[in-house]
Amino acid sequence: MAFFFAQFLTGLANAAALFLVASGLSLIFGVTRIVNFAHGSFYMLGAFVGVTLMDVLPGAVGFWGAIILTGLAVGAIGAFVEMVVLRPIYRAPELFQLVATFGVILVIQDLALMIWGAEDRLGPRAPGLRGVWRIFGEPVPKYDIILIAITPFILFALWYLITRTRVGVLVRAATQDREMVGALGVNQARLFTGVFALGSALAGWGGALQLPKGGADLLMDFNIIGAVFVVVVIGGMGSLPGAFIAAVLISVLSVFGVTYLPQSTLVLMFVVMAIVLIVRPYGLLGREEVAGEHGQVGAPETPIRPYGRTGKLLVAGLLALLAALPLFAEQFVLTLTVDMIVFALFAASLHFILGTGGLVSFGHAAFFGGGAYAAALLVFHTDTRMELAFLFAPFAAGLLALGIGWFCIRLTGVYFAMLTLAFSQLVWSLAFQWRDVTRGDDGLVNIWPAEWLNSPAAYYYFTLALGVGGILFLRHVIHAPFGYALRAGRDSPRQAEATGIDVKRIQYAAFALAGAMAGLAGGIFVFSKGSVFPTELEIGASFDALIVVFLGGVKTLAGGVVGAGFMTLVEDWLTRLEYWRLLLGLLIIAVVIIAPEGIVGSLRSLWTRIRGTESEVTK
Amino acid sequence: MLNVNDIHSYYGKAHILGGLSFDVPRGEVVALLGRNGAGKSTTMKSVMQLVRPRQGSVSFQGQELIGKPAFRVAKAGLGYVPEDRRIFTDLTVLENLEVGRQPRRDGAPEWTMEQLFEIFPNLAERRTNRGKHLSGGEQQMLTIGRTLMGNPLLLLLDEPSEGIAPVIVEEMAETILKLKSEGLTVMISEQNLHFARAVADRAIIIEGGEKKFDGSFAELEAHPEIRDAYLSV
Repeated sequence: MAFFFAQFLTGLANAAALFLVASGLSLIFGVTRIVNFAHGSFYMLGAFVGVTLMDVLPGAVGFWGAIILTGLAVGAIGAFVEMVVLRPIYRAPELFQLVATFGVILVIQDLALMIWGAEDRLGPRAPGLRGVWRIFGEPVPKYDIILIAITPFILFALWYLITRTRVGVLVRAATQDREMVGALGVNQARLFTGVFALGSALAGWGGALQLPKGGADLLMDFNIIGAVFVVVVIGGMGSLPGAFIAAVLISVLSVFGVTYLPQSTLVLMFVVMAIVLIVRPYGLLGREEVAGEHGQVGAPETPIRPYGRTGKLLVAGLLALLAALPLFAEQFVLTLTVDMIVFALFAASLHFILGTGGLVSFGHAAFFGGGAYAAALLVFHTDTRMELAFLFAPFAAGLLALGIGWFCIRLTGVYFAMLTLAFSQLVWSLAFQWRDVTRGDDGLVNIWPAEWLNSPAAYYYFTLALGVGGILFLRHVIHAPFGYALRAGRDSPRQAEATGIDVKRIQYAAFALAGAMAGLAGGIFVFSKGSVFPTELEIGASFDALIVVFLGGVKTLAGGVVGAGFMTLVEDWLTRLEYWRLLLGLLIIAVVIIAPEGIVGSLRSLWTRIRGTESEVTK
Repeated sequence: MLNVNDIHSYYGKAHILGGLSFDVPRGEVVALLGRNGAGKSTTMKSVMQLVRPRQGSVSFQGQELIGKPAFRVAKAGLGYVPEDRRIFTDLTVLENLEVGRQPRRDGAPEWTMEQLFEIFPNLAERRTNRGKHLSGGEQQMLTIGRTLMGNPLLLLLDEPSEGIAPVIVEEMAETILKLKSEGLTVMISEQNLHFARAVADRAIIIEGGEKKFDGSFAELEAHPEIRDAYLSV
C-alpha cells in the first residue's frame, strides 16, 4: 500500500512538467488557433538553457533563479518566433502554420546541436533537496514533493490570469473573435505575441523544472510532443483544468505502467486516450469546435481541372523518360529514382486525404511504415513468398486506416491532426517496444524481393509500374464521383450533407484508401531497402510527407509528385551537410512566407500571369 | 468629422463599393439607407478598415484611416457595432464590457459600466450571465454598450433594429436619441425607413455601392420616386 502511494506521488511529480508544457500549448492554441508543433522544442530549450544557467549561478538561489530566468529567456525566444515566422501567416490555412512550426523545430534542433553539442546533459540536483523523505516508510525524493507542492500554485496562477484579469478577458475574447477584439481597439498583434511568449515560457519552465529528475538531450522535443498532444486531447483543447487532470492521469499511469507493464509504457498512454475519446470526442473538459468562426478567412478553393494538352504531353514525356531510364542511367540513379517514386506515391496518398479530402493528417507515416512492417513481419516470421507479403502491405495498411479512422474521422481540424499524430505514435511505440515481434530498434532485415525482381532494373520497373499506377489511380478517383463528393464535403460539409452525401462515410472511405496507398508505397519501400526500422513510423516521417505535399502545393495534384522529386534530391544533397536541418527548416519557413502556393502552385500562377488570363489566377 | 471620399471596396473580385463619398459632421445622426446587398455593411466595414478600400480616402478629424489596422481606427475614436452583434458568447456581460473598455477621450462622452446599466437596465440584471444566455434584444444592447465602453467620438451602428422585437426597436430609438443628446455623433445603417426617420437628421441612400440620395428626410418625402426606387417599403 505504501509502495503504491509512493508510486502515485512520483506520478504526480512527473505531471508538473507535462502540465506546464501542455498548458502552454493549450493557451497558444486558444488564442492564435495555431497548434504549435515547435512547443516541444521550447521545452528542450528550457532544459538546455536551464542546465547552462545552473552551472553558472551558485546555490539554492542560483538554482531557482536559473529556473525563473530560463522561462523568461524561452519566452523571449517564443516572442521572436511569433513575430518573425507566424505573424505573416495568421490568415493562411492551418496546414501552412503547422508546417512553419515544423520548420522551427528543425532550426531549433540544429541550433541546439551547434550550441550545446550532441552529448546528453545530466541535470543538477536541487540544492538542499537532494535526499528523500520517508512517507509510510517508502523513500520519496524531496524534489518530487516540492514539485507536487508547486503545481497547484501554477494552476491557480494561470487560472487567475485567465479568469480574473483584463488580459485574461482579452485572451478569451480573442479566442472567439479576434477581428472584433481588434475593432474594439485592442492591439491583437501585441496580444498574440504576449500569449505566445507566455506559452513558450511555460514550456521553458517545464523543461527547466524537470532537470533534477532527468536532464537535457536533443531528442526531448519529439519525445514530449506526443505526450503533450495526448494530454491536451484528453483534457480538451484550451482547457487548463483539463490539461491538469490529463497530465496527472497520464503521468500516474506511466509510473504504474513502468512497474507493472514495462513492455507497454508508451502504448498505455494512447490506449487511455482512445478510451477517453470514445466517451468524449472533444476530451474531458473540452468543447466542440465551432466551424466558420469570425476572423478565419480562407481563400476559396479553385476547382481541380483535368490537364490540357500541354500538361498531358509533359506527363507522357516524363513517363517515357522514366521508362527509358535503365537503358542509360547508372545504378545509383535508379535507386534514387525508386526512392523518389516511393516518396511520390506516399505523398500523393497524403495529398489525396489532405488536399482533396481537407483532412490534415499528421500521422500518415503510420500507414507507410505500417505497410512496410506488415510485409516485413510476414517475410521475417513466416517466410511468406514476397509476392504475397507485398500484397499484404496495402491490405494491412488499409485495415489499420479503418481502425484509426474510426476514432479520427469523427473529429475535424486540429483535433483530427493531433489524433492522427497520436495514433501514429502508438503504432511507432508498438514497433519500438514490442521487441519479441518487431525486434524494436534493430529493425527487420533481410526482406528481399523475389528472384525475378532481384535485379536493380527489374525492381525499378516493378516500382515504376506500381508507383505510377498508384498515383494515376488516385488521380482517377479524384476525378470520379467519389472524388467530387469528397471535395464537396471538404468545401461545405453542411451543403454536401443536404444534397444527400454522407460526408463522414466518404471521408472514412477516403482515409482508408489513402492509408492503403501509403501502405503500397511502404511495401515497395521495404523490398527495395531489404529492411525496415521504427524510424519509418516516426513523427519525422509523417512530417516529411507533409512538407513534400506542402512544398509541391496543396491545391494541385502534381504538387505531391513534384514535391517528392524535389525533396528527394534536396535531401540527398542537404544531408551531406552537417547542419542540414537548419537549412531545411529555414527553407520551409521561407517557402511558407514567400511562396505559400508551393512550387507547382507558384509556377501555375506565374504561367497564368504571363499569359495574361487574369481570371484564372488563383487567389 | 468623418469624410469619406471616392472609396472602392471589393470582396475578392466582387466590386462592392464603386466610388462612394459622404460626410458625417460632428453632432449629427446620419442614416445610411438601402436594400439588402446595397453595400451598407461594407461601407461601415470600409470605414473601420475591416474591409480595406483599394482606392479613395477615409479621413476622421483630418487623419487618414486607410491602411491602418482596425485597432488604430478604434483608438482614433470610432466605435463600431457590427450587424451580427458578435458578442463574446462565452464571456459574461461584465467581461464583454471590459473587452471594450478604453481610456477616456477628450471631446467624447465618458461611459462607465454603471451608466450603461442605467441606459440598459436589462443588462444590469444579467451582469454575470454569459453572452450566449442573453436574448436577441439583450445581445443588441450589450454590443452597443460594449462599443460605448471605448468612449468613442463617432458611433457606427450597423442595422441596430434588425431581428429584434418592435417594442425593443422603440427603446433602441430612444437610446440613440439619448446618445445624440450626450454629444455623440452617430451613423446608422438601416433598412427600416420609419426607424431611421425617428432618429436621424439626414439620409444617405445607396444602391449597388453608389450614392443615390443625400439630404434631409423632408427632401426625401418630397421625392417619393426615390424612396420607391431604392428602398423596399
